[in-house]
Amino acid sequence: MCLAIPMRLVEKDGWEGTVELNGVRRSVSLMLLEDAEVGDHVLIHAGYAIGKVDEEEARLTLEGLERIAASLESEGP
Amino acid sequence: MEEAGFRDPRAVAALLRAAKAEAATLRRPLVLMEVCGTHTHAIAEAGLRGKLAPEIRLVSGPGCPVCVTPVGYLDRAEALSRQRNAVLCTFGDLFRVPSSTGSLERLKAEGGDVRVVYSPRDALRVAAENPGREVVFLAVGFETTAPTIAAALEEAEGEGLSNFMILPGNKTVPMPLRVLAEDPELRLDGFLLPGHVSVITGSEAFSFLARDYGIPSAVVGFTPTDVLAGVRDLAAQRSAGRAGVSNLYGRAVTPQGNGAARAAMDRVFRRDASDWRGLGSIPDSGLALRESLVHRDASRLAVDVPAPEEPAGCLCGEVLKGAVDPPACPLFGKACTPDLPVGACMVSSEGTCAAYYRHERWRASGGVA
Amino acid sequence: MGHGAGGRLTRSLVKDLFLPLFSNPALEVLSDAAVLPAWPGGRPALTTDAFVVEPLEFPGGDLGRLAVCGTVNDLSVSGARPLWLTLALVLEEGAEMNLVRRCAESAAEAAREAGVQIVAGDTKVVPKGRGDRIYAVTAGLGSVPAGRDWGDHRVAAGDALLVTGPVGDHGATIMACRHGMAGEALRSDVAPLNGLVEALAASGAPVRALHDPTRGGVLVTCHEVAERAGVRIVLDEEALPVRGEVRAVCDLLGLHPLSSPCEGRALVFVEGGSEELALSALRSHPCGAGAARIGHVEAVRTGASPVAVRTVSGEERPLDLLSGAELPRIC
Repeated sequence: MCLAIPMRLVEKDGWEGTVELNGVRRSVSLMLLEDAEVGDHVLIHAGYAIGKVDEEEARLTLEGLERIAASLESEGP
Repeated sequence: MEEAGFRDPRAVAALLRAAKAEAATLRRPLVLMEVCGTHTHAIAEAGLRGKLAPEIRLVSGPGCPVCVTPVGYLDRAEALSRQRNAVLCTFGDLFRVPSSTGSLERLKAEGGDVRVVYSPRDALRVAAENPGREVVFLAVGFETTAPTIAAALEEAEGEGLSNFMILPGNKTVPMPLRVLAEDPELRLDGFLLPGHVSVITGSEAFSFLARDYGIPSAVVGFTPTDVLAGVRDLAAQRSAGRAGVSNLYGRAVTPQGNGAARAAMDRVFRRDASDWRGLGSIPDSGLALRESLVHRDASRLAVDVPAPEEPAGCLCGEVLKGAVDPPACPLFGKACTPDLPVGACMVSSEGTCAAYYRHERWRASGGVA
Repeated sequence: MGHGAGGRLTRSLVKDLFLPLFSNPALEVLSDAAVLPAWPGGRPALTTDAFVVEPLEFPGGDLGRLAVCGTVNDLSVSGARPLWLTLALVLEEGAEMNLVRRCAESAAEAAREAGVQIVAGDTKVVPKGRGDRIYAVTAGLGSVPAGRDWGDHRVAAGDALLVTGPVGDHGATIMACRHGMAGEALRSDVAPLNGLVEALAASGAPVRALHDPTRGGVLVTCHEVAERAGVRIVLDEEALPVRGEVRAVCDLLGLHPLSSPCEGRALVFVEGGSEELALSALRSHPCGAGAARIGHVEAVRTGASPVAVRTVSGEERPLDLLSGAELPRIC
């Protein structure tokens, strides 16, 4: 119940915004995320931005996964 | 479209091993429930159910808002079209769900004005372009979707779009979790919580699971590593005798969630009891429109709706509770398939039965794939 | 608009619009049937198709281009050299004449590109239904060279499966148009394939069968071949070419690139071991620049799904047919 895609906010005009992913753009409503700024990565669900993606958290999570993956290799089969 | 790192097969393998090792210390299968249709789908696609067994048993709960929508809702929608010539706007998810007599897809084929939309805002546009017609948006979905519908309703108010209405059908996640937590048959060891619902509600909204029931939970995202990190965390909580809410989707979820979205919901909706297919009526679990918006409430429009008929033999209710697996239903794979679905669990691509049919029946039959 | 009632008005539409655009001797006679020049040899191949598209015009093409390319490609993947097409338009009363003209012009342009002639045409006007629609119905006649025998009866375990370019472009573009998305590089792949297919044939690569994955995309086509040929098809997830724009549209709407129609790609089954020869021929043609090997054919196994995908982690996952057309979802 949760199809929401991270896209980058490239234009903002009040409550209207344009988001972009891989060259595809769509206009979305920012009514639920007023403090979104151009350049933010936001989660898009049903034509609305519902939340921000925290890039720093994403990076930390990916680093954690890297470490876990490496630990498997060092442990062996 | 998340980075490939979240799907790294080495990390998947490592987390699998760690989760199973953690659960093995319990010396009985760990029973975990996921309550999000998108999780059901992701788990089925990655074959995690089979891989986590036998140390961990993953059960699918009522996480698909389409699957838990009662047949009567669709019957009423069809009646609005047939008897009042209303334009129905719906998410694609509802289009093929069986009603008592057919489906929205069949209604459209017979000439009914049914439009599949991606966003509630598209329905606003339909209303603006058809001023003489009642335009009814079929409002289903959990807390991820309800705020978008609330925002659309407020936009309609602001623009004086008097012909835009909704047929209220949104539901909220926390209350059915209480029902499931209290069910003596289920004896759940933990919940995998819906990542995007939590973006709205905040992870703290689920702290009652630990506080009132001593059941661990974890908010997780939708890639295989996200789900497995949650499984491992739940196993660790259980084996340490702890219970809390772990937020493992920190890149999108905060403890407090999206206050503006919840405020929009509160302005527009009020909590009410609602019927959950398979679980019956649950208090405070549905979103009805406030009195101030009664003029936009299509459930108040006069139509004749036949008494709803649940198909005979259909075990969607038991499947939705996680009490039985799809193959236990006598209709599964025979009278009920994705092409000719009988129950909602099979129609929705996120439904437990559909996910099982697509991904797991091959394994179950001994096949390799 | 009384164009379809026969008589002067139909004649004027055919004369003033079709004739100058599709000009060729057979059409110019304007008689009841097109009498064609002598048959060039080989076995005749005949196809017919009906085209409905919403929106009628989209990035990369329109109904007219779609109708001609679809017909040309059906012939081409069957092993035939496309020669002559007919084109009938059914117009709902109120259809915009400039739009009809643009579609006819696109059809003419596509026919020139493919080197085929539109030799007969017709129009009919029907009462207005819902919206101002235009529908196209075609027939196509081609010639299969002696000695060429392509078809699912030739597909066997050990064969390799190639695709001539990135998948899902047309379907994603149409869905994007319907749901408010746009992108500079997002366009339909609709194009005639006959030049590319003949280049492949000329290379001498042992071709078993070709298909154009239109309705239902690569997924449906693979299921159909698996059933008709009595084989199992395994796709390679990492090797599947999907453009970033297409993936973005699919992710946003909850669709799958494998189920998204292509209108300018061919799925090519070749004898195992000849992939490099075939790919080299495809890639040296402008329409085949993105050609790739995307899977292989195996013998059927009890309990194994007829179509599966090998994932990044090396495991196989069944790929069942989705029921009906894909719809945008929230869930």
